[in-house]
Amino acid sequence: MTTITKLPDPVAGGSKHPQRGKNPRPGRGRRLGDLRIALLFILPAMVGFVAFFLIPTIRGIYLSFTEYSVLGDPTWIGTKNYTAIFADELFWNAMAVTVQYVGLNIGFQTVIALGLALLMHRVAKSTLIRGVLLLPFLVANVIVALLWFWMLDYQIGIVNEIINWFGLPRIAFFGSEQWAIPTIAGVNVWRHMGYTALLIFAGLQSIPSHVYEVASLDGASQTRTFWSITMPLLRPVLVLVLVVTVIGSFQVFDTVAVTTGGGPINASRVIQMYIYQKAFGESDFGYASALSVILFVILALVAFIQMKFLKGNESDLD
Amino acid sequence: MKKTLGAVAAAAAIALSLSACGGSAPAAEAKGEINYWLWDANQLPAYQQCADDFTKANPDIKVKITQRGWDDYWTTLTNGFVAGTAPDVFTNHLSKYPEYAAKKQLLSLDDAVAKDGIKLDSYTKGLPELWVGQDGKRYGLPKDWDTVGLFYNKAMTDSAGLTAEQMANLDWNPQDGGSYEKAIAHLTVDKNGARGDEAGFDKNNVAVYGLGLAGGGSGQGQTEWSFLTATTGWTHTDQNPWGTKFNYDDPRFQETIAWWAGLIEKGYMPKLETTVGASLADNFGAGKAAINTTGDWLIGQYQSYKGVETAFAPTPKGPEGKRASMFNGLADSVWAGSKNPAAAVKWVEYLGSTACQDVVAKKAVVFPALTSSSEIAAKAFADKGTDVSAFTTHVKDGTTFLFPIADKAAKVDGIMKPAMDAVLAGKKPASSLTEANNQVNALFK
Repeated sequence: MTTITKLPDPVAGGSKHPQRGKNPRPGRGRRLGDLRIALLFILPAMVGFVAFFLIPTIRGIYLSFTEYSVLGDPTWIGTKNYTAIFADELFWNAMAVTVQYVGLNIGFQTVIALGLALLMHRVAKSTLIRGVLLLPFLVANVIVALLWFWMLDYQIGIVNEIINWFGLPRIAFFGSEQWAIPTIAGVNVWRHMGYTALLIFAGLQSIPSHVYEVASLDGASQTRTFWSITMPLLRPVLVLVLVVTVIGSFQVFDTVAVTTGGGPINASRVIQMYIYQKAFGESDFGYASALSVILFVILALVAFIQMKFLKGNESDLD
Repeated sequence: MKKTLGAVAAAAAIALSLSACGGSAPAAEAKGEINYWLWDANQLPAYQQCADDFTKANPDIKVKITQRGWDDYWTTLTNGFVAGTAPDVFTNHLSKYPEYAAKKQLLSLDDAVAKDGIKLDSYTKGLPELWVGQDGKRYGLPKDWDTVGLFYNKAMTDSAGLTAEQMANLDWNPQDGGSYEKAIAHLTVDKNGARGDEAGFDKNNVAVYGLGLAGGGSGQGQTEWSFLTATTGWTHTDQNPWGTKFNYDDPRFQETIAWWAGLIEKGYMPKLETTVGASLADNFGAGKAAINTTGDWLIGQYQSYKGVETAFAPTPKGPEGKRASMFNGLADSVWAGSKNPAAAVKWVEYLGSTACQDVVAKKAVVFPALTSSSEIAAKAFADKGTDVSAFTTHVKDGTTFLFPIADKAAKVDGIMKPAMDAVLAGKKPASSLTEANNQVNALFK
């Protein structure tokens, strides 16, 4: 259990404290008799995992090496899809657009959510207000997208009416190449920030209050406390939140599909939209599978890097 | 009682599917329930009427109609083909059927046409041939046709001093736009009331655009630009149907597009970015545009706007003094995987018969494919006080050209939509379409 003496010196900066040895893991042969009962408990989740994740993934990887139009049988064409993808300008465009989206989405979402979480933790203690923050997340993605699509409409949207009322030129939020991705990112920040804040808020609550007491006894300022205590101790939760939101962000699709459909020109053709277009629009399921496999690899790498370098699986509270 | 009926129906369906799987004899009896899909909600009442009449005449067959919006229609249909849940009969489009036929998803109707003695020459000329695939087999019976025209706001042309006769006799050329551009310019009005062809016109603060914009028109430009490009003698492909070489690199095409996109720069047409999420028709209804170029299937919608009197004029005459309009025709097709092909074919024949097409005609929403029914529709429109000669004149004068039917339409669209949008948005010159054309033609190598 945590003791005061084991805590890192807040002045020295918590994140730089030396690594401590991990507790020795219990022996491997411990109670093999539990295995059967464990398997029994895992079974329901396992069935779902195999049927809905493992088999489709393996089949997807197989299809990525084929030419397949759904109607008819796949024909094996080796790595042709992959070589074509690397020469495909639209693929690189889609990647650039997606990265731009993820950057804007995660950047704003994390900062705003952290701010909201701190407010929830320190100021807004009423359950009602905390609940209200979560409201946008309770509305389905497509509904949120359509709602904003109408509110931001060039001609009849209320936002442009207000802009116009101030005597400023109307903005084609979804129609112009510069605005399309920032607008879509903004819509999704609005929807997800409450939920992300809730996750971070849970992390904040797990930081023991006596750490703050010690800090204030030592005369640490609010800012100093935030950077030297809150942030380092929040890190495991933040990393988890980042891993989950970054992966989710890379998979943006519904907001794009119901608003711009990838346009104007190619400005919002994010990778998932491109995959959908190739598969369901142009019946090129082999190519689309190859794109999906590439996205899968990228996401696995991103998650790995985040866990590895941000040390998300270790807590400074040990 | 209802339950037992359902069980019987299910058993019958299983029996039918078993016999269909056997692949030998077609289901001898035409009975049971068949599913029918269409995308145009405006036509749903007419076809529901047809279905009711059909069931009255054939009590053993029930038709269940499902209407789905255009955007969801095709993906749901493809998924249905794969999953085995596609409708027995569905409204088919010329840009989609070649792929379905090639993938063996459509039932050939030749036997039925021969056996039941369907007179193909009673359909409007040119329509039945559109539905014969590359393999020489028939995959649809024509249901209706459409042409393109100018839809204009009568009050606006009146105040601009343009008569209906002038509107019906506009001419156009890709250099200066002819009287067509003059009319568009004159109908454009800025916030201060200055017209587009007057001194002091502020193109950055336009209240009413002379010409509305739906979008870039992708590779076909059915209602956007094809009625102009065709008057220059340009064609989409080397041959139609089943062209394998596209002509987007032709100077005649690129000049036309450059002229059209130039209207935006002049302030006569809204910017492309403002069209995202907007409806061409609704903007017209809101008095934001004086002229829209669109298809006759929207006559009803344009007349439904309160306080707006919509009139119709034929598309302008081209450099050689002739008009042009794309001639698009829909048809009903039978899915090859239908568990009840006999009933499905019977329903398709009924849809293509005078009995049903007259019903559709009387609702005055579209022009049915049968020449006789088409005349009834024209009369039904006239009875409602609508002059549809702007649309029928193309058929009468033979100034229609057929919708470009080609394989890989979805891929062509995937290339041409962003390419056309880039030109309209002013990002790229019209000459950039040569590069897009190379990409399109590479698909067919």
